Amino acid sequence: MAALLLLVLVGSTAFGAAQIEPRLVAESVTHFDDTNTEHLVIRSLRMPRAITAALVGAALAAAGAIMQGLTRNPLADSGLLGIEAGAALAVMVAVLYLNIISLSGFAIFAFVGAGVSGALVYAIGSMGRGGPTPIKLTIAGAALGTMLASLTGLLAILHPLGYNQVRFWMAGSVAGREMELIAQAAVYIIAGLVLAILLGRQITTLSLGEDLARGLGLNVLWVKLLAALAVVMLAGTSVALAGPVGFVGLVAPHAVRFFVGLDYRWIIPYAAIVGAIFMVLADVVGRVILRPMELPVGIMTAAIGGPIFIYLVRAKVKR
Amino acid sequence: MAPWIVLRTPRLPVSFRLDARLPVVFISLLLVTLAAMIVNMGVGEFKIAPLDVVRTLFGVDTGVPQHVFVVMNLRLPRMLLAWLVGAALAVSGNIVQGVTRNPLASPDLTGVTAGASLAAVFFIVAVPGLPRALLPLMAFLGALAVAVLLYILAWRRGDSPMRFILVGIGLQATLSAVIGFQLTFGRIDLVTQAMMWLAGTVYATTWAEVNAVLPWIGIGLLVALVLARHLNALNLGEEVARGLGTPVTRQRAILLLVAVALAGVTVTVAGTVGFVGLVAPHLARRLVGPMHEGSQVVAALVGGALVIVSDLIGRTVIAPAEIPCGIIISLLGAPFFLYLIWKNRERF
Repeated sequence: MAALLLLVLVGSTAFGAAQIEPRLVAESVTHFDDTNTEHLVIRSLRMPRAITAALVGAALAAAGAIMQGLTRNPLADSGLLGIEAGAALAVMVAVLYLNIISLSGFAIFAFVGAGVSGALVYAIGSMGRGGPTPIKLTIAGAALGTMLASLTGLLAILHPLGYNQVRFWMAGSVAGREMELIAQAAVYIIAGLVLAILLGRQITTLSLGEDLARGLGLNVLWVKLLAALAVVMLAGTSVALAGPVGFVGLVAPHAVRFFVGLDYRWIIPYAAIVGAIFMVLADVVGRVILRPMELPVGIMTAAIGGPIFIYLVRAKVKR
Repeated sequence: MAPWIVLRTPRLPVSFRLDARLPVVFISLLLVTLAAMIVNMGVGEFKIAPLDVVRTLFGVDTGVPQHVFVVMNLRLPRMLLAWLVGAALAVSGNIVQGVTRNPLASPDLTGVTAGASLAAVFFIVAVPGLPRALLPLMAFLGALAVAVLLYILAWRRGDSPMRFILVGIGLQATLSAVIGFQLTFGRIDLVTQAMMWLAGTVYATTWAEVNAVLPWIGIGLLVALVLARHLNALNLGEEVARGLGTPVTRQRAILLLVAVALAGVTVTVAGTVGFVGLVAPHLARRLVGPMHEGSQVVAALVGGALVIVSDLIGRTVIAPAEIPCGIIISLLGAPFFLYLIWKNRERF
């Protein structure tokens, strides 16, 4: 799996408006030559982009896996549940009203936005008999997501100049991120991934049902809070870095379950790797099919993820 | 006072059993709509007193020559279009909710309007020479294709309201991606045009647009009203409806066709205006009860008023700039949707 990810990363660096031989990609890492244009392209454009895609994919996939285990909802995804819309709105507010332009500043706001919208969707979706059923969570997420996106749109109209600064970011794109930004985001994402992997055992227990987990001696409240923290860090950071990107968190964990079964100790790390591969591939395809034009990666993941979502609904929603 | 008013004709196969509250509700809604229209036509860059708006509408000279142009050529078509769009979406939502017996169904949340947008964008971007008059037809075909797809995909050993909604959300996301794909791919001048269509606004409406959709929406509303009694039967469940002698499959198909047509046509003139089709039917049922003869009429009035009031809000809060009425309606409609989930929390 890790080898496949590496291969995809190299492939992603090689494909693009200008073709570069994979050999040169390796060379640019091993003995970098700053007079070589192709090396420069790789180092300054292609590599940051591939790394951004991989980080965001891993983060969203792990967040999706956690949510699917925690809510026992096969349709959970940080995009579908409105969490990314909340983070995006919060970042918009930070940019337009508080003049925050650093990623660390973005990230805090994205965390708060992700946390608040996630908590709201969970609260609304858990009402009534049966607690948080997939249908209630999904429609609550769709409704709240639409509302938050409308608010973001409203802010965009109110502040056309400020919006122009964040427009490229709002579309869900991994292009043109500075290495420094990526490094800052990587810290949060890796911390979130570690937390998620450490929680794997507890999430597996929780995915058997809350009552059973309690009976097995699990401190349900703590696990839920820590897992929520991991989701907020992962989804929030990836929105701060790449804007809202949907369906990665939905698709990757389901793909992984085919190979590793139902144990979240395995699902979470593998989902992260598969999510990274999926995202990098989606970005490459988006760049290659309309060359020299590019499709934002968010469009690609939705075009691939939407049909998979429909398939899952057909397979899982029996009533 | 009897709780019902019954209207029958001996010749035509049409009868109406109306809630006794209907006349009062009807007249109040009509007054609210007219008041909102008149206020809306008075505000803006060029302010006109409400009384002068009314005078101008009735052809009385107000002493200011610009009034006639501003009211009759710029603002009146906008109001009429807003009303038509609102009414069409509301009636469409009322039909979909009645046929699927699902209080959360509406054409915009299930991707049907996205299908219309996709078709409209496709023809704007890919066939630049296409006459504008054909766009409503294209939008209708797009909406129809998505509706059929939705029905097929949601069908699995019987239909289920849950799958219907969830598959709709999935279709909506996928289609939005395809629209995004076209917008990235297309020629920039055509794409800019298409973006204007998608925005969910009645900004800069002309009489040509009103005339283009008036026959479609007019016929659609009329058919929807005539078929209302079949909707009552279908709403009791398939078995009961069959027992009452309703040709269920045929009526369901015709009704959904009308709903899809109404929703699809609005897209060509106003883009995606969400939540009207969801909210208006609920308000209508609350006002005049569940019988569809009354709720169709009232839903249309509520929907029209909703769009006009949202347009008024959008035009005034940050004047001279404008907020598309679609955004205002989403902001009002989404909390209402969440309230509906809460109300139906034991069902899902």
